Amino acid sequence: MSINLDNVEHVARLARLQLSAEEKHQFLDQLNAILKYADKLNELHTDDVQPTTHVLPIHNVMRDDVVRESLPIERVMANAPEEEDGHFRVPAVLD
Amino acid sequence: MTPLELTLVEMQQQLKSRSLSATELVEASYKRIAATEPQIQAFLTLNESQALDDARALDELLAQGGEVAPLAGIPVGVKDNIVTDGLRTTCASRFLDNFIPVYDATVSRKLKEAGMITIGKLNMDEFAMGGSNENSAYQVTRNPWDLDRVPGGSSGGSAAAVAAGQVPFALGSDTGGSIRQPAAYCGVVGLKPTYGLVSRFGLVAFASSLDQIGPFARTVEDTALALQVIAGHDTMDSTSANVDIPNYVSALQGDVKGLRIGVPKEYMGAGVDPKVKEAVMAALRVYESLGAQWEEVSLPHTEYAVAAYYLLASSEASSNLARFDGVRYGVRAADPDNLLDLYVQSRSQGFGQEVKRRIMLGTYALSSGYYDAFYLKAQKVRTLIKKDFDDAFSRYDLLIAPTAPTTAFKIGEQVNNPLQMYMNDILTIPVSLAGVPAISVPCGLADGLPVGLQIIGKPFDEATVLKAAHAFEQHTEHHKLRPQL
Repeated sequence: MSINLDNVEHVARLARLQLSAEEKHQFLDQLNAILKYADKLNELHTDDVQPTTHVLPIHNVMRDDVVRESLPIERVMANAPEEEDGHFRVPAVLD
Repeated sequence: MTPLELTLVEMQQQLKSRSLSATELVEASYKRIAATEPQIQAFLTLNESQALDDARALDELLAQGGEVAPLAGIPVGVKDNIVTDGLRTTCASRFLDNFIPVYDATVSRKLKEAGMITIGKLNMDEFAMGGSNENSAYQVTRNPWDLDRVPGGSSGGSAAAVAAGQVPFALGSDTGGSIRQPAAYCGVVGLKPTYGLVSRFGLVAFASSLDQIGPFARTVEDTALALQVIAGHDTMDSTSANVDIPNYVSALQGDVKGLRIGVPKEYMGAGVDPKVKEAVMAALRVYESLGAQWEEVSLPHTEYAVAAYYLLASSEASSNLARFDGVRYGVRAADPDNLLDLYVQSRSQGFGQEVKRRIMLGTYALSSGYYDAFYLKAQKVRTLIKKDFDDAFSRYDLLIAPTAPTTAFKIGEQVNNPLQMYMNDILTIPVSLAGVPAISVPCGLADGLPVGLQIIGKPFDEATVLKAAHAFEQHTEHHKLRPQL
């Protein structure tokens, strides 16, 4: 399976990335090389194989919903690029 | 002699008997860093004033006859994708250039509780994506054995700092080989524990089903001591395993007589440098002489591991890295047109090439119409790879192989060929997909560069892995070799 420049642009939009023309062409070539290599997996018949999402036999971990201490608001905001009155400030979404 | 030449066990004894002070030890570490950093460039951030304060406070406590934690006063370096409260944590990314964590990772907390002193944060490939440290947004760490060569990666800073004697112990993280491969390239010991043994809380996620934190040290005993500090169940990590933690140091005792070792023939194939192979064969002869038995075994799906891994790890990465949007932390792009543009510009300016490449690959593999062909297919192949290990471990106690197909390569040599770069991890990736533990220990030099021996164990059987590694170390001198700096 190979991809074209339209696919690259579509995937970049999905990934919220803006690529330069040079990056697009570079990624097109490199991703095609990787995908061509990944074609190798199709040598294996896996219709009856269950997928592995995690190697451990893990289950949902539940706990009682109890009120606990959390980080104070000043600490939460300490790394905010822009802050106003204890909120993260972003460009207006609505006019 | 600098006290940094001591093992952790010796440091522990001398600190306890007060023939060595924590301040002397921490000062020695910064002195060594000052002398060697111009060449090595392992550290992204130093914690000097805090570390010296901590050391002095500890010495005062010791002078008053106070009780201290078992590893109190021992310097440690921490990979820069493990969050440290109040100490800058960048993941070697421009995106997190200004990020000061407001909490400790579970392992950072455990280091503090053990009394260890964090010297600084160590360089890596950006967001742990890479095998050479060339993907760091800040600097290329150099291999202490040859400054023109890479230290490996992604935990290259951790491996190089231990190899250069800057710190006696460091933490790294391993997703597809990121502890074992740099340990091999730099001639130190590096352990990737079983998935779930060490809490991932506070480890900035790359591929959550694969990521695992582990120690680097110069001896197996020190590695065991370090693992003891960080292992254990944690309610803050929902994939943390609730298993009993043995005493890893006492597990080192006992011999390897009768141990059954499998040597995967696919790991000794055509792509492996003959000199690397010869060092591994010599190691197998050591095990033979100690009464262990080895024979060839086949892990038939090995050749599919790299393809499956890059689809799975990149898919998980594309999802995990969606959180970097420039809203709550990190570097926000200036003057965005609107909210969407804020996300797009912040991400496009903040991420480096390899990170973008993997986000693109993962987003594609997860996107509508391709999910079954790539992501699901790779998950099924992962099942087959894991079964290879299950089958082998029904007959053998351990598997032994090279850690990497070659010794450290030259800086710049593979930078334009991602696929070639990915192949350096061909002997570590299958182990990561299976989630089992593995250690890399030095097993000699090839053309003056260290070779790593990979010892792979059953799930949660770190004790046997460490025992076998320790027995090898006790009967060889490879771990005593040091780079000329």
